[in-house]
Amino acid sequence: MFKQSFPDVLEAFWFDVRMFVVVEVVVLVLGLAVALVRTTTAPALFPVRLLALGYVDVFRGIPTLLLVYLIGFGIPALELSGLPTSAVVLGGAALALSYGAYVSEVYRAGIVSVHRGQRDAARAIGLTEGQALRHVILPQAVRRVGPPLLNDFISLQKDIVLISVLGVAGEAFRVAQIDAASDFNYTPLIAAAICFLAITIPLARIVDRLSVGTGGVAR
Amino acid sequence: MSAAPVLRVSGVTKAFGEREVLRGVDLEVPEHRAVAVIGASGSGKSTLLRCADLLEEIDDGDIFLDGEVITDPMVDTVAVRRRLGLVFQAYNLFPHMNVIDNVMLGSVRAHGIERDEAERRARELLGRFGLEGRERDRPDDLSGGQQQRVAIVRAIAGSPRALLLDEITSALDPELVGEVLEAVRELKQEGMTMLIVTHEMSFAREVADEVCFLHDGRILERGPPAKVLESPERPETQQFLRRLLTAGRL
Repeated sequence: MFKQSFPDVLEAFWFDVRMFVVVEVVVLVLGLAVALVRTTTAPALFPVRLLALGYVDVFRGIPTLLLVYLIGFGIPALELSGLPTSAVVLGGAALALSYGAYVSEVYRAGIVSVHRGQRDAARAIGLTEGQALRHVILPQAVRRVGPPLLNDFISLQKDIVLISVLGVAGEAFRVAQIDAASDFNYTPLIAAAICFLAITIPLARIVDRLSVGTGGVAR
Repeated sequence: MSAAPVLRVSGVTKAFGEREVLRGVDLEVPEHRAVAVIGASGSGKSTLLRCADLLEEIDDGDIFLDGEVITDPMVDTVAVRRRLGLVFQAYNLFPHMNVIDNVMLGSVRAHGIERDEAERRARELLGRFGLEGRERDRPDDLSGGQQQRVAIVRAIAGSPRALLLDEITSALDPELVGEVLEAVRELKQEGMTMLIVTHEMSFAREVADEVCFLHDGRILERGPPAKVLESPERPETQQFLRRLLTAGRL
């Protein structure tokens, strides 16, 4: 049974991996943009900061599964022209919005953890705010939040299965589920679990190593 | 008085919330001169330097660099900072960069100097301040005295019109103070214009052309070091120096 189902599940898992990579890239960019907005201090940017805060509060507050349902079924139901209706795109967007909110907070924690003296020193040598951010603040911030960022990677990698509720064909969990349901044998689900572990365990070891390097607790 | 002073502070006030830190400070640093500002902790010394480098906005008064007002809201603050150097008490080196990149960052990014030229100059300056061979080290691998000398080199790499030194020896172990002060002595000999906030009275006496005693946000007394430090007129100055004397800092 395992031998039979494994190739199907593995092929479907390859779809999951590609999906993960695309969503992760969007998450990293979105999260950073939101974090940068939230760490600004200029009074003129208050409305944008408020918007970013609202985004984080809302999307971090809604269970990811519920968000996948809301966006995956809700957007097509609006029947507005110009909006995507593909379950893959909408499911991916839902995951990106949800994880973008989490990751923005991770970035923000890193940015505010960089000592104020670093920004002062960067400005004192004549850098603009943007250059100070690019060359001094962000490199230090990102290094510090490597482990928690990778943690969110692992979590996202697993949560890709949530888009199966939208009926996305070819998703690993979905394929395994259908295989399993056809003859009440759960071996295909084990095959899917193994696929996930093959990615998440190495990632976890990388997190450990990074945590040690940055004085974290893991070993 | 011949030319305009490089740095002129005129009637500057600064408050943090309700707390008035500077209450009308006047000060001039002529070219090639060193002015030392002394005073108790919390007297506003560091705030004065931060205001001069436009890291803090002043509430009232004006600050001039080469006769040109720099505290006007229309002034490009980044361009002004490129003409000044500031050395911090806590060094504030960039820990993710090695020594030479710390020094070159401003030259390359702020002053638009070619990398090769910036590196050549950084090497030369590091060598001059006894840091040859440490170019590729991380700040963490250096002693406090070496870190502060790197910070000084970083501050002068952009050839500033004036150098602002903010209690640059206060975070150092006593045996490392000498090497940093030696670096400042050398700069003074080369004619660097400096505004120095310091706790080292012997150093102020030796390097400064003028000493200003800042008390409660105002300069109460100023004059040649020998006069201010040895026969101060104001009771506040006398009390401050007496306290340093009993603490063994004079």
